[in-house]
Amino acid sequence: MSQHNTGHEHASGESHGSLKSYVIGFIFSIVLTIIPLVIVMNGLLNKTQTVITIMIMAVLQLIVQLFFFMHIREGEKPRWNVMTLIVGIIIVLTIVGGSIWIMSFNSTVQ
Amino acid sequence: MAHATAEHSHAHEAHESHESLKVLGFWIFIVTDILIFGTLFACYAVLHTHTNGGPGAKELFEMPGVIAETFILLTSSFTSGLAVLAMHKGKVKQLIAWLAVTAVLGAAFIGMELTEFVKLVEEGHKISSNAFLSAFYTLVGTHGLHVSIGLVWMIGLMIQLSRRGVTEVTTRKVTNLSLYWHFLDVIWIFVFTVVYLMGVM
Repeated sequence: MSQHNTGHEHASGESHGSLKSYVIGFIFSIVLTIIPLVIVMNGLLNKTQTVITIMIMAVLQLIVQLFFFMHIREGEKPRWNVMTLIVGIIIVLTIVGGSIWIMSFNSTVQ
Repeated sequence: MAHATAEHSHAHEAHESHESLKVLGFWIFIVTDILIFGTLFACYAVLHTHTNGGPGAKELFEMPGVIAETFILLTSSFTSGLAVLAMHKGKVKQLIAWLAVTAVLGAAFIGMELTEFVKLVEEGHKISSNAFLSAFYTLVGTHGLHVSIGLVWMIGLMIQLSRRGVTEVTTRKVTNLSLYWHFLDVIWIFVFTVVYLMGVM
């Protein structure tokens, strides 16, 4: 059992991230939250620029969480988790983008 | 004899891969949950201007509370990561302690969110008031419900960890819980950006 444990620890050192990677991820996510907050609260940019900037920050935040916290790169060779996530994101983008598109078209027609 | 050990190690391997298969299964659940939030975001994006003459996002949302909620949830995502780190070092007490910190932060988040909702409803901005508020309460409330379920799960898991320690099964459970918690943090980042930041700008 103890042998198994040490073996496990060795493997985890590489695949489950270190304290350093968690701290880096945490600092990144704090910074990526403060930047859009400052931009919006002080009205630094115009409307379109603000929307684009804060959405980019949110997506970067998602990437930080995926890599530093959720360890998307670890796991067995066929990366089923990444594939499922990509399919999910494609469906979400279709639903959200399609809804906004068709409903804004609806309001211009009216 | 050699055959028996080989068979034993084979069974052991099968058990391990079974646990990792369960993590993949949980990951697929998370992706389907992303679809639920996707449709709720689509709803909110379409309906957020339909206030039926009532006040909109800019008048209703109070940012200081929301900013505090955001940093509380971000920190709890970090502490749940530290719990996983403690687990892989085999430190049960440290693991339970970090889970407890995460649970306290999660409870603080839910408390603040409920306070915000109660205040809005007392001011007469109910879920039935207009399409904007219906979409708002459904989206933010669904996230809050997820966090609440996560809290119940976390408390149950802390009890199980204190009784059984770090085993293959509890390792898989903590891994899944931590994935779930990070996922909720990601969803909140989008709620914060799309609902609150875009609402008040």
